[in-house]
Amino acid sequence: MTRTTELSRRTLLTTAAIGGAATIAMPGLLRAQAPAIKVGILQPVTGALAYDGQQGQIGAEAAIKAINEAGGIKSMGGAKLQMVFGDARSTPEGGTAEVERMQAEGVVAIVGGFASPICLAASQAAARYDLPYIVDVGVADSIVTRGLKNTFRFGPGFGTVTKTALDNLSKLNDAAGKPAKTVVLVHEDGLFGSGMAKLMQAELPKRGFEVLDTIAHPTPSRDMSNVALQIRAKNPDLVIPSSYYGEFALLARTMQQQRIKPKGIYAVLNGAASNFRFVKEFQDAAQFVMDCNHWHDPRKPVAEALRKQVEASGKFWTYNIPLNYSCVQLLADALERAGSGDKAKLTEALMASTFAGHIMPYGPTKFVNGQNEGGAPVNTQVQGADIKVIFPTDFADAKPIFPVPA
Amino acid sequence: MFAPDIILAAVLNGLMTGSVYALIALGLTLVYGVLHIINFAHGATLTAAMFAVYVAHTVFRLDPYIALFIVTPLFFGLGYGVQRFIIGPASHGEDRNILLVTLGLSILIENAMLAIFRSDTRSIDVPYAFSSIDLGFTFLALPRVLAFGVALLVALLLGLLLTRTDTGKAIRAVAREKTGAALAGIDVAHIYAVTFGLGAACVAIAACLLMPTFYVTPRAGNAFVLVAFTIVVLGGMGSIPGALLGALFIGVVESLCGLFFGESLGQIGIFLIFILVLLVRPTGLFGARA
Repeated sequence: MTRTTELSRRTLLTTAAIGGAATIAMPGLLRAQAPAIKVGILQPVTGALAYDGQQGQIGAEAAIKAINEAGGIKSMGGAKLQMVFGDARSTPEGGTAEVERMQAEGVVAIVGGFASPICLAASQAAARYDLPYIVDVGVADSIVTRGLKNTFRFGPGFGTVTKTALDNLSKLNDAAGKPAKTVVLVHEDGLFGSGMAKLMQAELPKRGFEVLDTIAHPTPSRDMSNVALQIRAKNPDLVIPSSYYGEFALLARTMQQQRIKPKGIYAVLNGAASNFRFVKEFQDAAQFVMDCNHWHDPRKPVAEALRKQVEASGKFWTYNIPLNYSCVQLLADALERAGSGDKAKLTEALMASTFAGHIMPYGPTKFVNGQNEGGAPVNTQVQGADIKVIFPTDFADAKPIFPVPA
Repeated sequence: MFAPDIILAAVLNGLMTGSVYALIALGLTLVYGVLHIINFAHGATLTAAMFAVYVAHTVFRLDPYIALFIVTPLFFGLGYGVQRFIIGPASHGEDRNILLVTLGLSILIENAMLAIFRSDTRSIDVPYAFSSIDLGFTFLALPRVLAFGVALLVALLLGLLLTRTDTGKAIRAVAREKTGAALAGIDVAHIYAVTFGLGAACVAIAACLLMPTFYVTPRAGNAFVLVAFTIVVLGGMGSIPGALLGALFIGVVESLCGLFFGESLGQIGIFLIFILVLLVRPTGLFGARA
């Protein structure tokens, strides 16, 4: 036994010496030997939500590339991040199935999900394996109120978004001499739109607005004429829509055809009003539409550089990109601090995260029950061919135009 | 609850939406009536046609109404080829094989669209997209009024083609009695392919009429085709007037249900009517008695 130990020690010393020499001679070789860290990226890239999923994927991939090019996870010997991609196929079942596969493939955490129903199901599935799950968008508040220890949401939930949206709406209206008194809510009838409408119905009257009607519509919708008809019949000062891209674009177009011109269209978490495709394809219908949504911090050079890079590749800039970029950065920071791909250590590192190097307009991360308390939306408005930030005023690049010119 | 002018506007909107449903249902019912198959690739064909209109507009700067004269014969040819060289040979004469082949085709077409165009929502911007006709109590979008007129015209032409031309008579003969028609010297495989081509041409026209106001994604066709299936059964499978009137009726039902019970429940109206018709008249409104 002793002899063996001695031999082992000798072997070890020799190995260490060779290793040391190798490190000096070929530093690149040893770094390449650090095992890659598998990171699950879950997005719906087929099915009804495929566009959003593909945009999210762009952000996650860009972040992984940037982190790897900057030397990987240094506390783990420069280990590189390796993407294990899962297509949630726009359904909760699809998301759950991919979580199982990613877990089997040995991912240390999962980032993404996009839609609330997918995030709810996928994070629940990940919880069975104590697998850390970072929600990229999924705004339904139920995602972080179930007490799941593995689930973290970096962006704001719709409670926060609605509150901010309403605060800013009041400011906007007050500053213009209170021209808007009545509102019609239009929302998609899923988890996101319905939840949003319920909150709005409760909160708007407290702020002096009268809700004249609440109109739900399915996704996909073939026709928005009836919704437009009802808006026309109520003649509200404001229309507040919460829908996905296709339906809002259809609604905006139909309102234009029907010559419906409220004093403002104030969207909340709307798929179209913060989307350059909408601005480009529906310039007339898009003019002056406001949105309260996720948006990157235009003051951060990395964010602006990423935006230029995405636009140069012929793609549209949407909020999914900076959100996913930031979520992967958040995970990398936690990995750096945990110094390990161990799920428990990683979960602890995420819980204690004070990450500030992201590209969103938030302060340092602070998770309370899985929700980043620092996550905040911004208000944007389509002005000309651009989307401008109008609130918060400390980094707004334009003044709001309200009420819209007749 | 609603003023009469709003209800009237909803009825008009329903008729116009229904007219596009009619074009899609016409193709479906024609293929069913003659080939006795349910074409699962119909929705994907519509999507492909919408993308064809999109490409015609963005690449070749063609107005959708001009593109109609190119996309329609193109899809007739494609439909003809698909039936003649893919569905016909692959099915070996078995109905269930045909179903599987059309289902396979639909998956293939949808994924090809996804690979080529990605899943972006795309639309075209034409100068008259926002033009409306002012009726005093409501505005009717010009592209939708045009769609209504063209749909009625196409249904009429299709009816004339089936009753007044030799090809039409051959189609009807094959639909009625395939073997007898073959014995009388009709090339059944050719007639099947012509019928399938006509079905594809109908959705191509629908695509041209839809694009000025609607958007396209690799799954856009599916939003219309389920309704078209319902209309085909409701109107009587294989019946041209049934498909037209069924579609207009469904359009109005959907519109009014949407108005009175909320947009999300508008589609429930369609299926309630559907179940009711199946209970009372299982062969559909214009279907031949069993």
